[in-house]
Amino acid sequence: MEIKVLGTGCKKCDDLYDNVIKALSKAGKDADVEKVEDIVSIMSFGVMSSPALVIDGEVVVTGRVAQIEEIINFIK
Amino acid sequence: MIKYIFSFAWLNQGTTWILNRVGVDTGERFGGSIHFFIYDTIKILILLSMMVFIISYMRSYFSVERTKKILEKLGGFKAHVAASLLGIVTPFCSCSSVPLFIGFIEGGIPLGVTFSFLITSPIVNEAAFVILLGIFGPKIAGYYVFSGVVLGVIGGYIIHLLKLERYVEDYVYKIKMGDTIIKTLSKRERIEFAKSNVKDIVGRIWKYLLIGIGIGALIHGWAPEEILSKYAGPENPLAVLFATIIAIPLYSNAMGTIPIAEALINKGVGMGTAMAFMMATTALSLPEMILLRKVIKPKLITVFTGITGVGIIAVGYLFNMII
Repeated sequence: MEIKVLGTGCKKCDDLYDNVIKALSKAGKDADVEKVEDIVSIMSFGVMSSPALVIDGEVVVTGRVAQIEEIINFIK
Repeated sequence: MIKYIFSFAWLNQGTTWILNRVGVDTGERFGGSIHFFIYDTIKILILLSMMVFIISYMRSYFSVERTKKILEKLGGFKAHVAASLLGIVTPFCSCSSVPLFIGFIEGGIPLGVTFSFLITSPIVNEAAFVILLGIFGPKIAGYYVFSGVVLGVIGGYIIHLLKLERYVEDYVYKIKMGDTIIKTLSKRERIEFAKSNVKDIVGRIWKYLLIGIGIGALIHGWAPEEILSKYAGPENPLAVLFATIIAIPLYSNAMGTIPIAEALINKGVGMGTAMAFMMATTALSLPEMILLRKVIKPKLITVFTGITGVGIIAVGYLFNMII
């Protein structure tokens, strides 16, 4: 599984990244987690509000910090 | 009954009753300050949590992506009005200004319309609106929203008339955006969104609020009325100008300044002066200018801040005259 956290580097983006890591360990899953800060790459996903969460190429959350439980549902 | 609850008269009377019971005379300076502090703190925290929840829940029906789709279809002056109004309801934090700007421009939304959105969005801040509502009532809070929209419409329209497209960084026009998927949220996700906004906003500003209310309480009891109304009263034309300039570096502390403003206004400071100060703290923020520098050239940043700044000062003078 490939997870990308898109964000220009604000606190909310870091919070989302932390939640992803916590969700993975809680669900006992392994994934490639990458933080994407490059604006051109962020735009290529069609995302205009950060932070955003991309799982296996699909944008699942934009503009808010997804909660741990919510992320677990996505990665199940 | 409802009016009694929402006017917070119960809290006012309750605070007075408890303070009197423990031997504090709320009619005196010291007691008056303590009363001001306790009453304002409780009232604002209750209002803030409740209203931010409601406003955020409503905002979850709007998204930047949807706003973009709406604006793409509109043209002319109408588009400026729509962009300003959507700027109020669309949830987005200042760290998203760059992707938002690129997304709008890439979608063919004119530069001036994009700026109508970018000017109104930070001026009309939901937390500031709630605190204004709690302290000064619906009339002033309404004026605040209305003038934020007018500033966005006029400011964006001027940028449109000046034809400043060449001051956008070249790479912005070359970016190709991926397809935007607009996901509909479930009711539970909307409640989650609203809850996390309350946690975020209240968690971030409560300290500044307490400091602000504390300073307000001191001013309430001790500030020299004649000096204040002489230097910062509605009659001093320079007061609005200074208030706007002082506000620029204070960004996130804006909410704490409202209780200070309340106490100052009671002492004779102009309403417009206080309003200009508050608008400038959120709309003319240094961090946002630095972020926007990634997508627009310094000249356009100067025009943008110039128009917004002059607009805020004008609102300040107008309010000092009419309120």
